[in-house]
Amino acid sequence: MSETVKFTIDGKECTAVKGQLLIDAAADNGIYIPLLCHMRDLVPAGSCRICTCKVNGRYMSACTTPVEPGMNIESNTAELNDIRKAIVEMLFVEGNHFCPSCEKSGNCDLQALGYKYQMMVPRFPYAFERRELEASTPKIFLEKNRCIFCKRCVRLIKDEQGRSIFAFKGRGKTLEINIDKKLAANMSDDLTMKAMNACPVGAILKKEVGFINSIGTRKYDKEPIGSDIEKIHQ
Amino acid sequence: MKDKILSIVENYERDPGRLMDILLDVQKAFGCVSCEAIGLIASELKISEVDVVQTRSFYHFFTKEPVGKYAVYLNNSVVSGFFGMKEVADEFEKQTGIKFGQKTADGLISLHYTACIGMSDQEPAALINSVVFTELNREKVRKIVADMREGKAVEAMFSQYGDGVNAHPLVKSMVKNNIRKTGKVTLGEYTPGKGLAKALNMESKAIIQEVKDSNLRGRGGAGFPTGMKWDFCARENDSKYVLCNADEGEPGTFKDRVLLTERAAMMFEGMTIAGYAIGAKEGVLYLRQEYVYLKNYVENVLVELRNKNLLGKNILGKGFDFDIRVQFGAGAYVCGEESALIESAEGKRGEPRNRPPFPVQKGYKNKPTIVNNVETYCSAVKIIENGAAWYKAMGTTESAGTKLLSISGDCKNPGVYEIEWGMTIAEMLEMVGATDVQAVQVAGPSGICIPPAQFNRKIAIEDLPTGGSMIVIGKNRDLLKDVVLNFMEFFEDESCGSCVTCRSFNMILRKQIEKVVEGHGIKTDIENMTAWSEIIRKTTRCGLGQTSSNPITTTIKNFRELYDKRVKDVDYQSDFDMHKAVAESCEVVGRIPNIHE
Amino acid sequence: MSKAIVATASLAGCFGCHMSILDIDDRILKLIELVEFNKSPIDDIKTFTKQCDVGIIEGGCCNSENVEVLKQFRKNCKILISLGECAIMGGLPAMRNGIPVKECLEEAYLGGPTVGLNSEKIIPNDDELPMILDKVYPLHEIVKIDYYLPGCPPRADLIWNAVVALLTGDTMNLPYELVKFD
Repeated sequence: MSETVKFTIDGKECTAVKGQLLIDAAADNGIYIPLLCHMRDLVPAGSCRICTCKVNGRYMSACTTPVEPGMNIESNTAELNDIRKAIVEMLFVEGNHFCPSCEKSGNCDLQALGYKYQMMVPRFPYAFERRELEASTPKIFLEKNRCIFCKRCVRLIKDEQGRSIFAFKGRGKTLEINIDKKLAANMSDDLTMKAMNACPVGAILKKEVGFINSIGTRKYDKEPIGSDIEKIHQ
Repeated sequence: MKDKILSIVENYERDPGRLMDILLDVQKAFGCVSCEAIGLIASELKISEVDVVQTRSFYHFFTKEPVGKYAVYLNNSVVSGFFGMKEVADEFEKQTGIKFGQKTADGLISLHYTACIGMSDQEPAALINSVVFTELNREKVRKIVADMREGKAVEAMFSQYGDGVNAHPLVKSMVKNNIRKTGKVTLGEYTPGKGLAKALNMESKAIIQEVKDSNLRGRGGAGFPTGMKWDFCARENDSKYVLCNADEGEPGTFKDRVLLTERAAMMFEGMTIAGYAIGAKEGVLYLRQEYVYLKNYVENVLVELRNKNLLGKNILGKGFDFDIRVQFGAGAYVCGEESALIESAEGKRGEPRNRPPFPVQKGYKNKPTIVNNVETYCSAVKIIENGAAWYKAMGTTESAGTKLLSISGDCKNPGVYEIEWGMTIAEMLEMVGATDVQAVQVAGPSGICIPPAQFNRKIAIEDLPTGGSMIVIGKNRDLLKDVVLNFMEFFEDESCGSCVTCRSFNMILRKQIEKVVEGHGIKTDIENMTAWSEIIRKTTRCGLGQTSSNPITTTIKNFRELYDKRVKDVDYQSDFDMHKAVAESCEVVGRIPNIHE
Repeated sequence: MSKAIVATASLAGCFGCHMSILDIDDRILKLIELVEFNKSPIDDIKTFTKQCDVGIIEGGCCNSENVEVLKQFRKNCKILISLGECAIMGGLPAMRNGIPVKECLEEAYLGGPTVGLNSEKIIPNDDELPMILDKVYPLHEIVKIDYYLPGCPPRADLIWNAVVALLTGDTMNLPYELVKFD
């Protein structure tokens, strides 16, 4: 039997299986910790840093930290929420996110976090870097302007032999998401949909799929991101 | 091309884990790693092309397009800048007729900038086809370019070699050791094999205890207790690895270069002792590409050690097997971070890993691994030889033993000094002959910049910890422009980019400091830089990010008046410039800008 | 109490934000009890005739004329509001940012698929035309902006709540549904 541990998040008593990642453990206890790169059951990337919490007084990313007995976790504090808001703002100025023209608008996790934190204007200057739209593969538009480098596609999408279809290219300010044109040519519709759905923003789009839901009926039109998690235990 | 690449891949047994070596060999053979080469490597290794590209594109010594027959990599670090890098660059551009970042039309010469190459005591320095050229000036550049035009081999362009091993037939380098002060440990007397012989007669637990008792702490800069690290790893029940971090990339550091030159055997001996202590059979020396001029020499040292039975099978007849291979990097500062170094040694992008698990649990090839600095292994040899008590008698209570300092910048005697921990900055400055000092950059860009009022502070882990970089900044320097801005450009370039806060916030901070330096800054910019630095410090994944804002935060703290002088006391200022903004479109359409102010 | 004086303008925008102002429906009757419009397309006053309390601007700055109008607004209004995505971040016009102006102009007037009629291959260059900027600028990069109302367009209720809060000094009501970027 796996060991059950008790810990607290913002004073609330929680329980989880020992070693479970804090971000998943929190969700299972009805507490939403904001995330962009994390996906359950994938190797943690720890790249978006949005889930940064204070664990026993130290700043840790919830998606890479296994829960331990007696952990004292702070998440919903003014300081941490401002950091999270700053990261969202930073992602908005770093890439080129033109929400009104994006197919993912209304269903986008980055945008939803902008809504959650009521971002009126980013505190940082816009970078307006030139990035490319890679449209030469048969099934996917890879809109690099919108990529936030969460690595979900890199970690999740492999061909039948386990080879990567997506990978990073460059480093630091030259970083971009790259698609293997040879392998992408053989992607099934299912795998393509899986890639598009895993993408938290509108960087991976299946060709011939456009705006599906009308405004008002989309995922984040009426309720903030994380509401589903917070409802579980109410 | 196909045959050559095939043979390279075969050489490494088609192991994707050796992708770094494969790419290094391909780059060397063809002057680039082209798209065609990528395709061949990918299909031979049975991995996707993007996985080859992700590694190639991470390291700046790998290029997609062919570099020149002579590829000049000029160091653009702070100290290089102090001593005439701009003039040297200008002369290269004049003589070749191209700009940095370009290649001559005939493909003969290409010019590139590179971060600190570990020659801060003999700047400006450059690598030309991996050969080091030091103390460059306009005249030397003219001669070098003329030699290139004549088709001279790079090695034949000079005949004066540096001191010690630099003149060894397998090195033949103009690099100087500049050893200015030796101590009792790393640069003291050394008899090869003595420490190892003693170690092999000890219980492995006793070795770890000795290292623990000595209070030795990591010499790369982080200062983690070495004995504790070895102990954690020794407790794991699996095959293990000993890695040596010789990716000395912190600008202003060059002491490991001197150890690699003069104490290579000692370093390997330390690794072997560590291997015996933790129960490992294999070691890897991760050596930065900038020091590839030492490759033949260092590999020959390994051969000699094997010949003397100090390495290899059944070492000194004690039934202990241990061997070491050399892994070269390809230009990435972040690989000095131990988990990034491991990733790189595995042929991947040098992205730091998330912790837990720690390398002592899951490191190289996912096996328990210790990673220590060159100087740490060298120190361990002496500790075993002479005992913990002998070692601890040197230094301060919290920082035992000696430390190698790489001292550069505005002083009479730049070079390597082995000091006992506890020396004050003032004493250090006197030792190196530095007067009219504005500031000392302790521990490189990721360290702190201290003013004269703090020169009574001690070089010690408990006060001013350092991996060894000490840059003396004279009163004549523009601290914000020549130093802080350069450091921030460095971090912006060297961030691996995988975590948002390090990738983007460093970019924003660089833009902010540039704004201040250019005179467009306002008071709020200083407050913003402080606040944004806090966010990086609190949220990034690895040490690079956690310390990358230090150039700004420590100078705002210690040299606030330099900022105040440069910023305006208004609540808003735009740096929008109508003339600049319309210049391009007016030129394109062919009209003269008519701007009504 | 005297009425607050409001000016509005659309720079590099599509007038969608102005349509959203009108979308407050019958509250427009309340609005004109609260405010008097000065320079604005709503009443077609072309130039400032007096100092205003509030300036509301939609659209970013893509050319020299936008910058001049924006600076006039800053000079003549106590409070400036960036209205909508284009004003806040350049919006769709800013999709050209990052692409050199030369490439944009050549695509628009010489090489693009719709330039068949431009047989003389002219890129408009009359001195009377505003000059194109190197990129589309968010307003706050050129003048100080006091408040931001995001959306494409900002919801009518958001505009209404903001204007009322500003004029009455009450705290602004910001329900989740109102802050949207599309």
